[in-house]
Amino acid sequence: MEWNFLAVLRDFDLLILGLLNTLKVTGLALLFGVPLGLVLALSRLSTIRVLSGVAGFIVEFFRTTPPLVQLFWFFFALPILVDVRMTPLIAAVVTFSIQSSAFFAEIFRGGILSIDKGQWEGAKAIGMTYGQSLRRIILPQAVKRMIPAFMERSIELLKTTTLVSTVAYTDLMFQANELAQKTFRPLEVYTVVAVIYFVLIFVFSQASIWAEHRLAKSGEGTVR
Amino acid sequence: MGHTWDFATILQNWPVLWVGIKGTVFIFVITVVLGLGGGLVVGVARYAKSPFLSWPARAFVEVFRNTPVLVQIIWFFYAFPILTGIETDPFLAAVLGISLNTMAFSAEIYRAGIQSIDRGQWEAGKAIGMTYNQTLRRIILPVAVKRVLPALTNRGIEVFKMSTLASVVGYVETLNQAKLIADLNYNPIESYTAVALIFFVVLFPVVQGTYVLERMLRKGD
Amino acid sequence: MSEILRIENLHKSFDDLEVLKGIDLTVQSGETVVILGSSGSGKSTMLRCVNFMESPTNGKIYLNGDLIGTERNGKMTYKEAELCTLRSRIGMVFQHFNLFPHMTVLENVLEGQVIVLGRAKMEARDKAMAQLERVGLAEKAFEYPSRLSGGQKQRVAIARALAMDPEVMLFDEVTSALDPELVGEVLKTMRQLAEEGMTMLCVTHELGFAYHVANRVLFLNEGIILEQGEPQSILKNPDTNRMREFLDGHSLFKLPD
Repeated sequence: MEWNFLAVLRDFDLLILGLLNTLKVTGLALLFGVPLGLVLALSRLSTIRVLSGVAGFIVEFFRTTPPLVQLFWFFFALPILVDVRMTPLIAAVVTFSIQSSAFFAEIFRGGILSIDKGQWEGAKAIGMTYGQSLRRIILPQAVKRMIPAFMERSIELLKTTTLVSTVAYTDLMFQANELAQKTFRPLEVYTVVAVIYFVLIFVFSQASIWAEHRLAKSGEGTVR
Repeated sequence: MGHTWDFATILQNWPVLWVGIKGTVFIFVITVVLGLGGGLVVGVARYAKSPFLSWPARAFVEVFRNTPVLVQIIWFFYAFPILTGIETDPFLAAVLGISLNTMAFSAEIYRAGIQSIDRGQWEAGKAIGMTYNQTLRRIILPVAVKRVLPALTNRGIEVFKMSTLASVVGYVETLNQAKLIADLNYNPIESYTAVALIFFVVLFPVVQGTYVLERMLRKGD
Repeated sequence: MSEILRIENLHKSFDDLEVLKGIDLTVQSGETVVILGSSGSGKSTMLRCVNFMESPTNGKIYLNGDLIGTERNGKMTYKEAELCTLRSRIGMVFQHFNLFPHMTVLENVLEGQVIVLGRAKMEARDKAMAQLERVGLAEKAFEYPSRLSGGQKQRVAIARALAMDPEVMLFDEVTSALDPELVGEVLKTMRQLAEEGMTMLCVTHELGFAYHVANRVLFLNEGIILEQGEPQSILKNPDTNRMREFLDGHSLFKLPD
């Protein structure tokens, strides 16, 4: 057995394209998933029973079902149920937005609940509405505490996006499969791809550890 | 719109799905035991003073935590046989990928648990003449493991969901069989909904259980 | 003097526990009313009902003659917007300060003026600085609250409330969380406010403050006003045994002869 990376290097641009698509899916899922997570968290914290019940169900459902099942459902089943033309990209973004929003919701909820009740009272006492208190007083403090958990979840999301290769979206994993078949060099291809993922994720997770240390130093607790 | 839900075909194909469910349970039990058990060994090694133990353990944890589990499974399926000459069938590749990944994650959980134990406990063990290993086994680990039980349960839940990834390399489990049923009967809605419900029904009580567990432990501490 | 606040038949229950069992109180503009009572007497709850931090179970509250809320079939209903406006007209200071830790002292005092009252930045800033000056903390304007002592925090909290130009100020055990040596500076600020004619309702354990500053002292017991009167007479010669016991419990306080 001999390692031979030439074939991989020759078609490296394919992998780069895959990497960009991986980042695109991750970025879009974050773009929709984070605000949706906030909405779910606020609904779950609401005193309106129905609202908090529905939000709680959505959160628990998407946390307890496998992301691959969700992806298959949105890709294969949803187009039959509602008349939409489903592309792998749309299916991936929809799935991972909702899936990660369920996790982000729990982070938001933990962050909001970690803020001292007196902060709500202080805001209320000067005449702020619920929305003003949340926006100006509670969230700015809560978000700071949530940053490490956010970054950790984003890294998990990045890893989970590899699943889109199974519905033929040209992410890094999919391109690796293509290249392995084309070059008959699966060992080199998959090793290189593993290294690319490793470097990407390692850098992100080191950044999150660094952020956590900085927050710990500034005396702000973190929530998970 | 206007889709009429028809779960009858799912029930007709129940034997097919049942094969998959058995496959899911089988691979889950093996990977969760290997993953959480092996993780304890790696976690203790990671905590060890000797760099010959802690550094390889650290490298192992970083590699398997910082790469996607699907990449690991596929690597073990296609690349590993070329490197080692050992043939991996879908089952073995999936078991390797999921177990090693879980070992890396749970190692960090155990390590955090061990670190959370008051230094005085080590000193008390030492003071009555216990060796490092005796103190670790009899004093530190029982408390540390109890403390991280909720985190370990969460890992177990992740492993259960991860088992669906074995279908990507063709291992016969629930999702794989659901896909088969969907393709043969043109009923992806019912098939995939059924799988989602199966996972939800199994895991929802477990998740609720972890909440109770967390509350109990918080009170006990 | 004119009436500024009127409370009629105020009731408040938490689940099955009735904390307030019918409070009637009229406060004149410029008056300083001190509310005494042991823990569980309902004194904090009463204060918190005045600006609807807690919703009363029953009863009516009038600010400057206007009834708060709308009466429907004998039940009071309240709109959130109306209550926010009301709270912006009544200042409140808490036991635990509740300053916003992510904002500087100045920003804390600006926040309500700009966000709730919609004041222009420059006007709000002048006002904030004037109020900080008033409580003696103008030089701390650009510090974060975490850098201040407890007494300084509480004075900032007072400035934050004053900057809203409140018609009434509520003080809820504002010195209880302070180290003994820091109590004086806060009480001094409050006394100065009272002398300047601010209408104040204070829940406190500081009998000395009650004696020297209050125009009227209320003694709450089991959800009703058991006694009230001028501090000089009520603190020296209470009518009821219950209040006598309460005063004897505060052995630190020596009434002047």
